[in-house]
Amino acid sequence: MDNDKRRFLRLMGISTGLLAGSSLFGGMSSILKLGTKFNGDALASQGMEYGKFASDPKALKANRWAIAIDLRKFKTHDDYKRCIDACDNIHNIPVIPNNQEIKWIWEENYENAFPEQQNKYLEEELKDKPVLLLCNQCEYPPCVRVCPTGATFKRPDGIVMMDYHRCIGCRYCMAGCPYGSRSFNFQDPRPFIKHIDPEYPTRTKGVVEKCDFCIERLDKGLPPACVEASKGSIIFGDLSDTNSDIRKVLSNNFTVRRKPELGTQPNVFYII
Amino acid sequence: MIEKVFYGSKKYWAWVIFLIVLLGTCFHFYLMQFNEGLKITGLSRNVSWGLYIAQFTYLVGVAASAVMLVIPYYLHHYKAFSKMIILGEFMAIAAVTMCMLFIFVDLGQPTRVLNVLLYPQPHSIMFWDMTVLAGYLGLNLIIGWTTLEAERKNATPPSWVRPLIYLSVAWAISIHTVTAFLYAGLPGRPFWMSAIMAARFLASAFCAGPAILLLLVFLIQKVSKYAVGEEAVNALAKIITYAMSANVFFMLLEVFTAFYSHIPDEMNSFKYLYYGIDGQHALVPFMWTSAGLGLLSLALLIPPSLRNNKKLLPFALAALVMSTWIDKGLGLIVAGFIPNPFDKITEYLPTFPEIMIAVGVYTIGVFILTILWKVAISVKEKSTT
Amino acid sequence: MYDSGKIISGLFIFVGIVTLPFWYNAGKAFVKPDPSLDTPVIRQMKEKHCIESKQYMIDKHMQLLNDWRNEVVRENRTIYVNSSGQYFTMSLEDTCFHCHSNEKQFCNQCHSYVNIEPYCWECHVKPKEEIANGQR
Repeated sequence: MDNDKRRFLRLMGISTGLLAGSSLFGGMSSILKLGTKFNGDALASQGMEYGKFASDPKALKANRWAIAIDLRKFKTHDDYKRCIDACDNIHNIPVIPNNQEIKWIWEENYENAFPEQQNKYLEEELKDKPVLLLCNQCEYPPCVRVCPTGATFKRPDGIVMMDYHRCIGCRYCMAGCPYGSRSFNFQDPRPFIKHIDPEYPTRTKGVVEKCDFCIERLDKGLPPACVEASKGSIIFGDLSDTNSDIRKVLSNNFTVRRKPELGTQPNVFYII
Repeated sequence: MIEKVFYGSKKYWAWVIFLIVLLGTCFHFYLMQFNEGLKITGLSRNVSWGLYIAQFTYLVGVAASAVMLVIPYYLHHYKAFSKMIILGEFMAIAAVTMCMLFIFVDLGQPTRVLNVLLYPQPHSIMFWDMTVLAGYLGLNLIIGWTTLEAERKNATPPSWVRPLIYLSVAWAISIHTVTAFLYAGLPGRPFWMSAIMAARFLASAFCAGPAILLLLVFLIQKVSKYAVGEEAVNALAKIITYAMSANVFFMLLEVFTAFYSHIPDEMNSFKYLYYGIDGQHALVPFMWTSAGLGLLSLALLIPPSLRNNKKLLPFALAALVMSTWIDKGLGLIVAGFIPNPFDKITEYLPTFPEIMIAVGVYTIGVFILTILWKVAISVKEKSTT
Repeated sequence: MYDSGKIISGLFIFVGIVTLPFWYNAGKAFVKPDPSLDTPVIRQMKEKHCIESKQYMIDKHMQLLNDWRNEVVRENRTIYVNSSGQYFTMSLEDTCFHCHSNEKQFCNQCHSYVNIEPYCWECHVKPKEEIANGQR
């Protein structure tokens, strides 16, 4: 090719590249600004009218939310069903009949809930006793560690939260969770929701979901739905508050947690 | 140089058009998944990663294996590899592209994939995996294209390529180490929680990748006039043999730790793969086939008289590729999820749409490979260096 | 020019495809979007005002919703204090739709015009009026 033609094409290529690159950079940086922590002052300085944000005064606050499930008080099938149904109903949990199911709180046998406690000579009562399983809201959650977008993150009050807007559905958190607490929306869940509660969103296909200790209820000053439905069999409270109910329960009873040897420091305690 | 893609024999065009038609068919299945969700796959709440991520894992190894050519050629001036090195680098490009595509088709919300860049999380290994894969792709594109362009002009490559090549050696090791770290750091998956994961990954990569390369080279030598030279083939076959021996050895190390310790968590996934648990044994025939093929490939590769037998070598390599593919591309990922964290078993087998989508990604990879190798071979056939 | 026949006919085809949106839609009527504020709750309001001023909402409701989403989901702050000091709970369903319960006549008027389909509805539940009409 002619040297002049080559030089011309190179010039065109570089200028197009620079133009595209700078507009991409400009676009990315404005998106990045929105993506970073909300900065009200930055908005005001740009001349945007801005309002302030505050947390609801009647919201429940804590440093480390935890629950203690007193399995001794769960006697009938209905005791478990009440708690599970309370959660399923207010959170628009779909009922999917195959192994692509979604569950935030569910029952398993003792030997499945605590597989490291395998015991051929297990106490008779415990052999068939269901245990309620849910997200343990770990202190050192592996799921948060592995999430590539920060869609699951640890709040200052200890709850491991899901941001369904950011989740890309890579399911690394599901691989990382040592407790199997997370469910993935393999399809649009809406056809499988028995009755859609309009006050709570559903989720969409392609995102991972799990229990979040009912933060929408905590914001209104209410305890989680399963706690309320358990009629005292599940105790909820702030571990950092030495006077809380849960601290009293933990200091007066022997409790176990699932897979404590993994160092996740789960915040769901079981009184067997 | 890219214009060489448009000049080829009738067979070449027939192949390209076949790939495009196949891609179109497979794309239909991806659209199905895009619209309906991942429910069309065989994945479940318990086995949440399957065929796609397994292919990704296998192909990262194939991509990293280019280093088995780069180290002898660039670091030790082993000139015998001169006709093969560009093919290896271009194969790495195709492999890395397929890796990224496999991640993409596995995502539940693929339109949000840029969130990984918009909201980077340095504590997440997957973030680093994206980064190093993209970097490796860039490195190989620049190095491969520049060296090929230089050869085409009968000139030596510019001096700035050299530091990039050294970087690519370290980078190749890193991409597969980071991929191994995806698995090896998860406290809840005892089958993967082993320090030797990274070493196993590298060993299996360094035998499977060059084996695939050699098989493709044999194919190219049949359909074109291109030849890489007998010394190159023999040298690479030796490298493959050592790597496969290490791979099998590492695997047996894992088996020892699992069964001598007799810890259920360690043993269970192996039991599921090779024996079955509670009557669930869908993968058992595959795994024993893999073991058999792996040992067969070693038996055909270790004795020099058999390894240098050019009629036998393709079978040995094919056995090796099938064995490593079943082990890494099917068994490793699925068994990590079986039994699940609360000791339940859900089996996994890919569905037909899922397989077709995987075939579609492979088609794109083969297409890229075809184009790049067409350019490389066209240039090298004319070059005098 | 070599291959002038191919080049010129190719140019024609290219220009035709690129200008397709213009001559395909030539002569069609354009209806200016007319969002309706006629909902039961708004009718009963003595002073009709939104979170911020009308112009601000038209210009910046996207950013506002984005910020609200980040504040509620990620920062755990649920109360918004607007520029005149009024308090609002930041919630699409409870606050915005409390008044603007007519998605089709309000939201969709402009969104359809500019061919935007916000994907909020994949998760967020549409206002009750829509559900009552059998829409999902």
